[in-house]
This record gives sequence, C-alpha cells and structure tokens, in this order.
Amino acid sequence: MTRSAAGWGFVAPALLVIAVFFVIPAAAGLGLSLTDFDIYALASLRNLRFVGLHNYLQLLTTPLFWRALGNTLYFVGAGVPLSIGVSLGAALLLHSRLTRWRSFFRTALFAPVVTTIVAVAVIWRYLFHTRYGMVNYALAHLGIAPVNWLGDPHWAMPTIILLAIWKNFGYNMVIVLASLQAIPEELYEAARTDGASWLRQMRHVTLPMLGPTLLLVSVLSTAGYFQLFAEPYVLTQGGPLHSTVSVLYFMYEEGFKWWNFGTASAAAVLLFGLIFAVSGLLIRFSRRWA
Amino acid sequence: MHPRFASAIINGLLIGLTAVSLFPLLWMLSVSFMPAGAAGTFPPPLLPAAPTLANYRELFLRAGMLRFLLNSLGLAAAVTGCSLALNTMAGYAFAKLRFAGRERLFRILLGALVIPGQVAMMPLFLLLKPLHLLNSYGGVIVPGMAGIFGIYLVREYARSIPDELLEAARVDSAGEFRIFASIIVPLLRPVLVSLAILSFLGCWNDFMWPLIVLTDARLQTLPVALAALAREHGQDSELMMAGSVVTILPVLALFLALQKQYIQGLLLGSVKE
Repeated sequence: MTRSAAGWGFVAPALLVIAVFFVIPAAAGLGLSLTDFDIYALASLRNLRFVGLHNYLQLLTTPLFWRALGNTLYFVGAGVPLSIGVSLGAALLLHSRLTRWRSFFRTALFAPVVTTIVAVAVIWRYLFHTRYGMVNYALAHLGIAPVNWLGDPHWAMPTIILLAIWKNFGYNMVIVLASLQAIPEELYEAARTDGASWLRQMRHVTLPMLGPTLLLVSVLSTAGYFQLFAEPYVLTQGGPLHSTVSVLYFMYEEGFKWWNFGTASAAAVLLFGLIFAVSGLLIRFSRRWA
Repeated sequence: MHPRFASAIINGLLIGLTAVSLFPLLWMLSVSFMPAGAAGTFPPPLLPAAPTLANYRELFLRAGMLRFLLNSLGLAAAVTGCSLALNTMAGYAFAKLRFAGRERLFRILLGALVIPGQVAMMPLFLLLKPLHLLNSYGGVIVPGMAGIFGIYLVREYARSIPDELLEAARVDSAGEFRIFASIIVPLLRPVLVSLAILSFLGCWNDFMWPLIVLTDARLQTLPVALAALAREHGQDSELMMAGSVVTILPVLALFLALQKQYIQGLLLGSVKE
C-alpha cells in the first residue's frame, strides 16, 4: 500500500459522511430555495418547478419574515455584547490574585453551559412566572409590580436574552480566562513601574492583548445566537404577538409544519448570508480598530 | 485601594454571580421534590415542606421517561462511538499522513465549517426518506457519524506527534493501520476523551434535528419529549422540574466527573487559530 493511498483510506469514511450528509445537502438547500417545493412535491416530484428568486422576493414581502429578522437581530444585537461583557467581567474576577476558591467558582459559573436548553427553558418558564415566579417575588421586595415576562410582547424577548446570557457566558469566560493567563506578567510590571493605574493597565495592556480572543468569541457567539430556536419553541411558541419568532423558528414552521421546503430553504440561505455578512463586518471593524 | 477591601469586593461579586448561576438549578431540584400544586403558591416556596418522589414516579411509570432516557443515552453513545472512530482516523491522517490534495481538502473542510447546519436540513430530510432513516434512530446517528470540528480537534493534537516515531514504526514494517491502532490511538488518548465528552454532550443537548426526525413518541430523546410534555403539562411545575432534573443531571454529572478534559477540548478547539 502506498503512503498516499493509506492517507486517503483514513480520511475516506469521515469525508464520505460529511459530503453525503452535510456538504451535498447544504448545496442542495441552495438549489431547493430556487424551487416551489411544497407538500405536493413531497408526494410526487413531478409537481416541482423552478421558480428562480421567487421565494426570496416572496419572503422579503412577508411581514412575519421581517418580524422574525428584526427579532433575531434584537436577540443577537443585545445578547452577544451583554454575554461577552459578563464573560469578560467574570474572567477578570476569576483571574484576580485576590480570588479565593477559584476552581469552585469556575466550575459553578461554567455549569449552565452544559445544561440542556429545553430543560433550562422549562425552568425559566417557572422562574419568570407572573404569579408564582421567584423573579417577580424578588422584584416585589424592591417595590416593583409583577411583570408579565413571557406574556408581554415587550418583555418576552428580554426574558429569552437573559436565559441566553445565563446559559452561555461561562463558555466565553473560560476562553477569555485562558487568554488572560497567557498575557506575560512583565507587561504589567512595566506598566506598574510607569505608575499606571488599574484602569490604565486595563486599557493599555489587558484589552489590547485580549483583542484577538474577543474577536474570536464575538464571531463564534454571533453565529450561535443567530441560530435561536429552542428557547422560543419551548417558552413562547413565537408569541406573544410574534415578538419572539426567530428566523429559524420561522424556517421550522414554514418547512416542517407547512412543508414549504422552497421557502424554508430560502429563509435558511438568507440567515446564512446574514451570519456571513455580520461576521465579515466584525472582522473588518476589529482590523480598523486595532 | 486596601487589598482586603478589594478582596472582599472581588470575592463578593463572584459569590453573587455564582448564586445567580446555581440558583435556577438548585431550585429546579428542590421543586422537583414538592407534591403537585405545592409550587403554585405565593410566596414561592424555597424547599419542599414534605419531600416526595411522586413526580419522578409519575414520570417513569406513566409518562415513559425511562424510554426517553434510554433513547437519549443510546443515541448519544452511538453518535459518540462512531464519530470518535471516523474523526480520529481522519484527523490523524490530515496531521501526519502525506497524500495528494491533503492541504487543499482540509482548507475546504474548514471553509465548510461556516455553513450553518439548518441550510442542509430540508434536503437532508428528503435524502433520509428513501433511505428509510426518517423516524428512526438512524436518522439521528448517521448524519452525526463524522464532523468537521472533531477532525479539526484531533488534527490539532496529532500534529505534536513526532514523525520519527512513525518512521521507526514503519522501519519495523508495521502496516499503517496497525501503527494507528497500537501507537497513535494511545498517544491521542487525552484529546479522544475531550472529543468524546464534547460529542456526547452535543448529541444529548441537541434539539432541532431530533425534533424533526423523531416524530414517533417511542423514539424521542429527553429534550424532545420534555418539550412535548411542557406544551401539554405546562402548568404542572413540579412534574416539569422533575423532567428537567432527569434531562440535565446525567450531563451535569458527566461534566463534573471529566471537567478538566472537557475544558481542555473546548480550549483546543477555540483558542489556537
């Protein structure tokens, strides 16, 4: 057996699975978005027609799709910066020399990351219950009247954002912490001999050194947050008044409730384009910033 | 600032943050032991007045929770086993075996990593139909048998294996597969443990695809069954909390037991670029 054949033999099984069950279907998704694939085509492919960009045009004139797009952008725009902020804060606290029980804190703060999103959504529904929830009970002590968290269109999305921050911040915290630990101590020593305050050390040493890591976690989190689905599915079913319909929730309903695979594929492709564009913008802005 | 004062602030903040992180989970556990209706009072009770296992009995004897638990365990184990084998072989080959087109192929794979899985979902559904994998365990297992991220992880780790070691083994005229099985796999053990936990947890917690593929209630995993239960029995908070405990506890225990390897895998996959 030649060396090259051995190499191909080793990668072939994995590549076959990835090609057949991921790459080819993904490419086919692009094709499907140009057809009118619906429940009739599901029964017989003779009912399938090529419709060009019709699905895209139709989506862009569907108010609910725009609503889903707006809701998703709200979730990403508020959720990503807030979670990274909490991650950064928690990582800085854990990194401090004054911190005791560091490994206990790290484990406890990371625990929500490994939990199951559906189960957490179930807990959230009880925690934010208007009448019996612990959150409203705690707010009552501060003199705040009960909030109808999941029933009020203004509060449903913030409640979901809080869930996402609670569940996800530990992930980026661990990555940022590792990056903090890699900053050479000499840089801080030099800054201190120059008489730099904590705030100045933060601005001129810590944050610039963390730059690439922060960019990485921003891009990864953005891509992840754009794929919002399970939370509205369990918590609100997209309501109230469509205030928590996300692009993926829209796609799921369109595809697997109404079997409009053409429109659903177009929505998925648009989401992909959006993720790609926003990631590109993040990378470009960070270059200019640095 | 006085160091003791600063220390009090830092540790105080961490205690507060930890309380916020753990409270929902602890409360879930507490409410799961309350009798039906006990949690629906104001002010919300912190601890069960009379702890009971009634909710768990209800779940396992009436709602078929054991079946869902076994489905979740079996699917996660099968996906983890298969993907471990395939990703390890591929990751090792991309790191250490020379073959034509290797670098370009790997770059294409990394490029494909940006495609969100949902773009492929509708065609995948149509592909699985003629293969009779819809509404079967295979519909979850087969597409999960290999993954780009897993290959990347193994490759990153395998690159540190010295080539001299492989050359020496080849001089002894050992076949490539024997070298892989008897020399490489033991060396890769740490990354394999990390990869196993990551894929087990990923499969266990996955929701959207199992929801689509497993329509038959007897085949459903815990998250899918729990979501259905929540839509049906949403008002029975105590029962739902017990369901959440059954869903979360196994993965939380796995994480606590293998925490170090889990975090190492996570860092290997995201810090190095």
